[in-house]
Amino acid sequence: MSQSQSQTTPGAAAAKPAASPLLAGYPSGNAGYDEFMADAGGVRPHYAKLVAALGSYSPAELKRRRDICERLVHEQGIAYNVYGDPRGMDRPWQLDSVPLVIAPEEWSVLEAGLIQRAKLLNRILADCYGKQELIYSRWLSPAMVFGQPDFLRPCHGVRVPGDRYLNFYAADLARSPDGRWWVVSDRTQIPTGAGYALANRLVTSRTLPEAFRDHNVRRLAGFFRELQNTLTGLSPRGADVARVVLLTPGPHNETYFEQAYLARYLGYMLVEGQDLTVRDNQVWLKTLNGLERVDVIFRRVDDDFCDPLELRNDSMLGVPGLVEAVRAGNVVVANALGSGLVQSPAFMAFLPGLCDHILGEKLLLPSVATWWCGQKEARDYVLEHLDELVVKPAFRSHLKLPDPSQPLDAAGQEEVARHIRFDPDLFVAQERVEFATAPAWEKDILVPKPIGLRVFLVATPQGYQVMPGGLTRVSPDGGGRFISMQRGGSSKDTWIPSLTPVTELTLLQADRHNVELRRTGNNLPSRLADNFFWLGRYSERADATARLLRSSLRLFNPERSSGAQPLLAPLLQTLETQGQLPGISEKPELRQNAEAFEAELLAAIFDLERPGSLRQSADHLQRLAMLVRDRTSNDMWRVLSQLNDRFATPTASLVMLTGDAMGILNETLIGLAAFHGLARENMTRAQAWRFLDMGLRLERAVYLCTLLNATLHSPEAENPSVLEAVLEVVDCSITFRSRYNLVATVPAVFDLVLLDDKNPRSVLFQIKQLAKHFEKLPEEREDAPGAGKQVVGQCLARLNQTDARELASPSVKWTETNLSATITATLQALPQISDAIAANYFAHAAISRTGRGSES
Amino acid sequence: MNYEVTHRTLYEYAAPVSVSQHVARLAPRVTATQSCSAFTLEISPEPTLRQTRRDYFGNELCLFSLQEVHRSLEIITHSQVAVTAPSLRPAESAPPWEEVAELFRDPVSPAVVGPYQFVFDSPQVRAAEDLAAYARESFTPRLSLLAGAQELTRRIFTDFKYDPKATTVATPLEEVWEKRRGVCQDFAHLGIACLRSLGLPAQYVSGYLRTRPPEGKPRLVGVDASHAWFAIFCPGVGWMDFDPTNNCQPCEEHITVAYGRDFGDVSPVAGILTGGGRHEVKVSVDVVEV
Repeated sequence: MSQSQSQTTPGAAAAKPAASPLLAGYPSGNAGYDEFMADAGGVRPHYAKLVAALGSYSPAELKRRRDICERLVHEQGIAYNVYGDPRGMDRPWQLDSVPLVIAPEEWSVLEAGLIQRAKLLNRILADCYGKQELIYSRWLSPAMVFGQPDFLRPCHGVRVPGDRYLNFYAADLARSPDGRWWVVSDRTQIPTGAGYALANRLVTSRTLPEAFRDHNVRRLAGFFRELQNTLTGLSPRGADVARVVLLTPGPHNETYFEQAYLARYLGYMLVEGQDLTVRDNQVWLKTLNGLERVDVIFRRVDDDFCDPLELRNDSMLGVPGLVEAVRAGNVVVANALGSGLVQSPAFMAFLPGLCDHILGEKLLLPSVATWWCGQKEARDYVLEHLDELVVKPAFRSHLKLPDPSQPLDAAGQEEVARHIRFDPDLFVAQERVEFATAPAWEKDILVPKPIGLRVFLVATPQGYQVMPGGLTRVSPDGGGRFISMQRGGSSKDTWIPSLTPVTELTLLQADRHNVELRRTGNNLPSRLADNFFWLGRYSERADATARLLRSSLRLFNPERSSGAQPLLAPLLQTLETQGQLPGISEKPELRQNAEAFEAELLAAIFDLERPGSLRQSADHLQRLAMLVRDRTSNDMWRVLSQLNDRFATPTASLVMLTGDAMGILNETLIGLAAFHGLARENMTRAQAWRFLDMGLRLERAVYLCTLLNATLHSPEAENPSVLEAVLEVVDCSITFRSRYNLVATVPAVFDLVLLDDKNPRSVLFQIKQLAKHFEKLPEEREDAPGAGKQVVGQCLARLNQTDARELASPSVKWTETNLSATITATLQALPQISDAIAANYFAHAAISRTGRGSES
Repeated sequence: MNYEVTHRTLYEYAAPVSVSQHVARLAPRVTATQSCSAFTLEISPEPTLRQTRRDYFGNELCLFSLQEVHRSLEIITHSQVAVTAPSLRPAESAPPWEEVAELFRDPVSPAVVGPYQFVFDSPQVRAAEDLAAYARESFTPRLSLLAGAQELTRRIFTDFKYDPKATTVATPLEEVWEKRRGVCQDFAHLGIACLRSLGLPAQYVSGYLRTRPPEGKPRLVGVDASHAWFAIFCPGVGWMDFDPTNNCQPCEEHITVAYGRDFGDVSPVAGILTGGGRHEVKVSVDVVEV
C-alpha cells in the first residue's frame, strides 16, 4: 500500500515463543502481518494471556469447548442466508471460538481515525443532498454525485434532523504487512454485522469464560444502548413516545437472522414494508386493532427500495409515500434515505483532499489506494497496472466485471481495458488487499488464517462512538485476497481488553424510574398473526400425523398373512384424506406386500418432497418459527429447530427400520408436547397466542373429524381393536378405560371424542375454544367475505344437538345418522372458518402499480 | 400559437382499492418559448391529501392519495399554453461535437454541472458500444453538434419503424434496438442513448403534439396523444429539441410538459394501490388551437 500515514504498530516487544503443542502448526515469520506472532517468532504480548489459557486445557477439554461453541451457535439459531442455494436458507453461522485480540493502545488510535471518517462522510452526504458546494468548489468531481444511481434525486433538499445522515456506520478494515490498518470499504447505507458481532460475543464469552474474565474485555451493551438512545432521540414526537420499528426486506434476506436478533435485543418490532402504510403523510403500523403511528424507521431495506412511489417503482419491499412522509418531517429513517451514496469506492480517491478541506485535518485512517478512472492521470496509471490492481464499478451498475478474487489474465485485462476506455467514469481500481492473519482452529491446532475486521459506529449527541469490538471475518482459504460471508467464510469475536474495570449493563435497566406499565400488547401486525396461526396449524398437523403413523406402524404386523390389516382402515383413510398417503386405498397390492407398505409409511414420515409428510411439516414449522422469532422465546425456537434437526440427521437418510422410525416419532411427539407446553405456559394471552391456538384448534378439529368420519365408514368399526386404535391416536385410551372399564363401543367412543367438552381432544372442545377466541378478537370486517364467528356458532349449535346414543340402536345405519351428518357438516365448515380468519385478519391486500400511461 | 389542452386519464379497477397514492407530472413547463396561462388538475374521487411541488428537475409534481375505498380514478387536466417558434440557428454555427463532449470529461467546469447530469446512464437508458458506433455514422469527425443531431434524428426516423404493438412501457432499449421498432418513447430513449454513448448530454422531454386531421376531414376530439422526444445541450444556446418520431425539430406544434433523464423521471401519472386487482386505463388527449 503506497500511501503513508503514521500509525502505531503493536507488539514491538514479543514474548517468548510458547511451547504449547497447540502452536505446533503455527509458523513464525510469515510474509504478511500476523496478529498473534511477531516477526521475531514470539507471541505478541497482548495475546500471551489467551495462549496461556488455551494451553492450559487438555485436548479433551479443548474439544469440549469447541463443541460448546458449536452447540451454542446452533441453539441460538445464528444463521446467514446464502442466495441461490435452495438449502442455503438458514445456513449455520461459522464461528471460530478463538477471538481476535486488539491491544487497547492500538484500538484508541483506530477509534480516533474511525470517528473522523464517520464525521467526514456525514458532512459529505449533507453537502451532496444540500448545497453541493463541494462540487462547485471542485473538491469533488460532480460525477461522484450525478453519475451515481445511489444519488436519490427525490431526496435532494429533504431536511434531515441535525444533518445526521449517518446514525450508524460500519467500515471494513484490513491490516497490511507493515502492520498498519486500512479501510477497505465503507458501509453507510445499511451497516450489517453488528448483530452477528453481538451473537459471537455471547457464544465466545460462554465458551471461554475464564479467558474472557481475565482479559477484562470491554462490553458491547453500552454501544447498543447508545444506538437505542440515538434512534429514540430521532423521533419527531419526542423520545418519550417514540415508536421505533426495524424495517426488514424479509426472511429471504441474507442477514435476516441478524435483523430479528437485533429487533429483539433492542426491543423494536420487526416489520416488513407491507406492515406499514402512509396516511396523511404519516407512517402507520397496521395491527389487528387498527393503525398505530410510527416515528422512527431503523431500516435494513436498500435506499432506492424504500418507496415504490418516488424511488424504484418495481420495489415490493418499501412503503409507498415514505419519501413524502420523511419530507414532511413526520417520520425519520435511519440511516437517512440516500446515504448509500458515499459507500461507492470511488469516493475513497477524494477523501484525503475532502478531509483537509472540510475538517481541516489530515485523514487519520487511510483507505486502500484507489484510482477513479474518470480522471485522466489515474486512468493512465490504471491501464498500465491492470495486472496488479482490482477493477471495480465506481457506481453500482449492471456491468459484469471479472471475479475480483482472481488475478486477471491477458484476455481479461484487455476486456477490462476496453470497458475503461469506453466509459472511464464507471470504474475505479484499487490495490489488492493483503490481509493479516490471526490464529484459527484447524482440527486440534491453531493455524494462521487471513482476517478482516468490520467495526461499527453510532452517532450520539456527543459525537460518534465506536463499538469496542467488531465482527472479525475469516477467509475460508489461505489466499487471503477476498473475504465474504457469502462465499463461506467464518467469523470471530473481537476482544479489546480494558485498562480500567469494565461495568456490566444490560439494555433492560435503561430507565428504572419512569416506567409506564403496559398490559395489553394488542398491536400484533396482521402478517405476524398469519404466521402464528399457521404455526399452530402445522404444529398440530405434525402432531396428528405423528400419532397416526405411530399407531399404524405399531398395529401393522407383517406376520399376519391376511395382509388386509382392517384394523388400520380408519387410520390409513385419514392419512389418505389429509394427503400423507395419497391413493393408498386404490393400491390394494400395497397392503399385501408388507415391505412396500412399510416403505410407504416411512415415506410419509421422512420424504421431504411428499406433501403433508411429517418431515415437511417439521420443515414448515422451522420456517414459520423463523418468521416469528422476534416474538417468541428462544426456547420455542430451540424446540422447533431440534424437531427439524431430527429429520435432517444422517441417520434419517440411511435405510430406516421400523424401530428407528418409532423412536423418531416418539421424540417428535415429545418435542411437540414441549412446544405446546411452552405456548400454553409461557406466552401471554395476547393476540399472538390467540392466533397460534386458533390454528391448533382448527387443525385438530380437522384431523379428529376426518378420523371419526373414516371410522364410521369403516366396515369393521365395531371391532373393539379398531376403536382401541382410534382411542390411541387421539390419546384417549386412559380416559376411556377410567370411565367405562369395558371394551370400547361405538357410542361411547364417539361420545368421548366428538361430544365431550371436558375432553381437550374432542371436536366439541376445539369448537368451543374457537368460539371463545372469536369473542376476544376485534370485530370482523363488514365487507369481508364469510363470517367466521357465525360459522363457529352454527357448528357449536349442531354439535350440542347431537347425541351419540343414536349409534347404539342396532337397526340404524351409522352413516345415515344425525351424528354422521354433524361430522360431515363440521368438516365442511372448518375450511370456511379458516378462510374467514384469513380474509378478516390477515388481509395483506396485494400492492400493485397503475400502468404508467405510456407515450406514443 | 395558442393551445387549449385537455388530458384525461381514467383508471377502472376490478376490485376495490382501499388506499392509493399517486404522482402526476401533468402541468406544462414554462420555457423560453412556452408560457402557460392557466392550468387545472381535477381528480375524482376527491383525494384525501393533495400537494404540489417541484421535483429535482423543476417539473411541477402533484402528489395525492386516496384513503377511501374506490373503484376508479379519473384525472383531468386543462391547460392554456402559448408556444412561440424557437429561433433556429443554422446547424453549422454550432461547435464540432467532439468539443462539446470534451466539456463533459473530468475535470468538468462547475458552469456546466447542470447539463452534465444528463451525460450519465439512467435507469432506462444505458450507453453502449454498439450505440456509439451507430451514432458515429451521424456524428462524423468534426461535424457540428447540431448537424449531427439532425442526422441522427433522420436516421432513427428512417431505420426504425413506428409500431405501437411492438413495445410497451417496460420494453428495454436493447429490445427496441434489436427489433428496430417502437413508439415515440422508445425513439427518444434511443436518441438519448446514442448521444450519451458519445459522451454528450441528452434529455428526455415529454409533452403533447398537435395533430392535423387529413385534408378535408373534421378534427376528431381526443385522438391526440402524449408525446416524447429528446433534447441535446448546445453550449451558448441551451437545450435544443429533436423529434425522431416525426423527423423534425419541434417548433410551434410541440407542447412541453416535463424534462428528465428518461421516461421514469417524467412519467405523467404513476401510482401504488392497495387492492385493486387488474385494472384498465383509458387516456385521451385533446389539443385545440385557439
